Amino acid sequence: MKVLLGIFLLALIVLHQDFWWHDRYTPLIFGFVPISLAWHVGISLAAGLLWFLAVTLAWPHELDAVEAEGGDQ
Amino acid sequence: MNAGLLAVWVILGYLALLIGIGMLSSRFGRGTSADYFVASRGIGPVFLLLTIFGTTMTAFAMVGSTAEAFTGGVGVYGLMVSWSGLVHSLCFFLVGVRLWAFGKRYGYVTQIQFFRDRFESNGLGLVLFPALVGLVIPYLLVGVIGGGKSIEAITAGALPAVFAATKGGIPFWLGSGVVCIVVLIYVFLGGARGATWANAFQTLVFVVLGVVTFGVIEDKLGGFQKATAMVAEHNPAHLKFGASAEDHAVFEAQMAAFQAGETPIKPREPESIPPLIFLTYFFIPFSVAMFPHLFQHWLTARSAKSFKLSVVAHPLLMAVVWFPCVLIGVWATSAVFEGKAVIPPDFANANAVLAVMVRKLAPPVLGGLLTAGVLAAIMSSLDSQFLCVSSIFSNDILAHYVGHDRVTDRQKVFAGRVFVILIVAITYGLGLWLSESRSVFTLGVWCFTGFAGLSPLVFAALYWKGATKLGAYACVLTTVGLGLWMCWQSDFGAKADYTVFGMMPVAPLIIASTAALVFVSLVTPIVSPKTLERFFGKQHAG
Repeated sequence: MKVLLGIFLLALIVLHQDFWWHDRYTPLIFGFVPISLAWHVGISLAAGLLWFLAVTLAWPHELDAVEAEGGDQ
Repeated sequence: MNAGLLAVWVILGYLALLIGIGMLSSRFGRGTSADYFVASRGIGPVFLLLTIFGTTMTAFAMVGSTAEAFTGGVGVYGLMVSWSGLVHSLCFFLVGVRLWAFGKRYGYVTQIQFFRDRFESNGLGLVLFPALVGLVIPYLLVGVIGGGKSIEAITAGALPAVFAATKGGIPFWLGSGVVCIVVLIYVFLGGARGATWANAFQTLVFVVLGVVTFGVIEDKLGGFQKATAMVAEHNPAHLKFGASAEDHAVFEAQMAAFQAGETPIKPREPESIPPLIFLTYFFIPFSVAMFPHLFQHWLTARSAKSFKLSVVAHPLLMAVVWFPCVLIGVWATSAVFEGKAVIPPDFANANAVLAVMVRKLAPPVLGGLLTAGVLAAIMSSLDSQFLCVSSIFSNDILAHYVGHDRVTDRQKVFAGRVFVILIVAITYGLGLWLSESRSVFTLGVWCFTGFAGLSPLVFAALYWKGATKLGAYACVLTTVGLGLWMCWQSDFGAKADYTVFGMMPVAPLIIASTAALVFVSLVTPIVSPKTLERFFGKQHAG
C-alpha cells in the first residue's frame, strides 16, 4: 500500500509540472478561473485525497500506543 | 465617522478580544513550564488543525500572495500552494507524528532537546540555537512588516491631523509596534494554550473573512467573469504561468493606449516563471519539517491520532485561503472602479495591494474586519514564534547549562519572556529599517530556504540510524555557511530574482546539506546502541 501511495505522490509531482498549460489561460473554468490555476487547485484537492488515503491505509499504528504510555518519562 | 477611523476601531476591538482570549486561557493554566510551553500535551484534532494551519499561514499567505499575484500573476499558486499541499502534509505525516511520539515519551519541549539526545551531542544544541533563532527573526519580520503595512494602508484618512505624513493612516512604526505588544501580552498570559486558542480563533477569522472579501470585491468589479475579462484584456500574461510573444505585443499596445489616455490601466510587464524555478520551488515547503514553532505545536497534541485531520485538511484549507487572494491580486492589475484604476499606475508597494483593494472596494466595516483577518493570519504565526523562541532559550540554554533542577518553572518562564522581548525589539528595529526595501514574499522565501536546508537533519534523525553526530554538525554548518553566502549574494533579499544556476537557492542548499550529512555520517562513528534502541527500537539497535 505504501508503494501505491508513493506512486500517487510521484504522479502528483509530475502532474504539477503542467507546462502544457503554461502558454494559455483558456478555457476559463466557470468563466473566470484560468485553466492553469484551476489545474493547480485540482492538485490541491488531489493532495487532500492522497493524504486521506495515507492516514486511512498507511497510518503508523504503533504510535497510537504512545498516548497510553502516559508519556513525559 | 470616516472609513479609516472605523477601521481603527474595528482593529482595536479585535486586539482587545485577543487579549481577552489570553486572559481566559490563563485561567486554565496549571502553573508549570510544561503547561506554559506545550499546553500539557492536551490539544485535540480540531484545535491542532486550526493552530498548525494558522501558524504556517502568515502575512505571506494573505498579503504576500496578493502582492506576488499582482506582480507576477497566477503562477504564485503553483509555486507555493499546490507544492505545499503535497509537502506540508508529507512532513506532518512523516516527521510531525514521530516527533510528537518522542516528545511525549521522553518529555521534550524543544527541537534541540530531541537532536541533542538523538545525536548524543550537547554541542549540537549550541550550533542549532543561533541557526534556529536567526531563521525565526526573518520569519518574524514577515509578520511585523505585513502587519504594519496593512494597518497603515487600511486606516488611511483616519487621523489626518495627527498623522499627516501617512495621509491620516496609522503609521507603520505604531501599527507594527502595537501588533507586537498585543501578541506578547496574550502569549505571556496564556502560554501555549493561549497561543493555541488565539490561533484557532484567528484561523477561523482569516479563512472566513478572506472568502467574504473575495465575494465583495468581485461584486464591486462587476462579477467574477468581468473581473477576469479585464485582466485578459489588459494583462493577459497574469492569467498564465508563462508569457508569450503575443503577451508582449498586448503589453505594447496597452501601454500605448494608456499613454494616449484611452485607458486608466497601465499594463504590467509580462513575466514568465522559468521551468527550473517552478520545479525547484518544490523544496521550499520542506521548511515546515524544521520550523521550531511548528515543532512546539506538534508537541501539544493529545495523541498521534490528533494529527490525522491536519494531514488531510491542510492542503484543502491552503486552497481556500490562497485561491481568493491570488485572484484578488491578479484582478488588481486591471481593476477599474467608477472609471479609475483601483490600484494607481506605478503603484510600487505590492505588499499593500490587498489593503488598497479592500479600502476602495469593500464597505468600511468589512475593511476593518479584513484587516483584522490579515492581522489574524500574521499574529497566529507571531504568537507561536514568540513562544518557541522563549522556550528554546529557557530550556536549551538556561536550564540546560544551569541545571534543570536548579531553575524553577517560574524562572524558566520569566527568562524566556525576557529573551523574547529582546528578540522582538531586534525584529521591530529591523522592520523599521527594511519595510520599504524588502517584499514580504522574498523575505519569507529566504527564511523558508534556510529552514528547508536543515530539513535533511530531521528526516535522517528519524529514519536513518546511520546518521551521526558529526554528520548532523556538517548538515547544520553547511546550511548556515552556504545559506548565508547565497543570501549575501542576493543582497539579503533585495535582489528578488536571485537564482543559482537558474534554480531557487533552496535546491543547491538542500542538496549540499544532504550531501554533507550523508558523506560525513558514512565516515564517522554512529551513536551508541542504547541511543539507537531509544529511537529505533530494540530490533534496530545492534
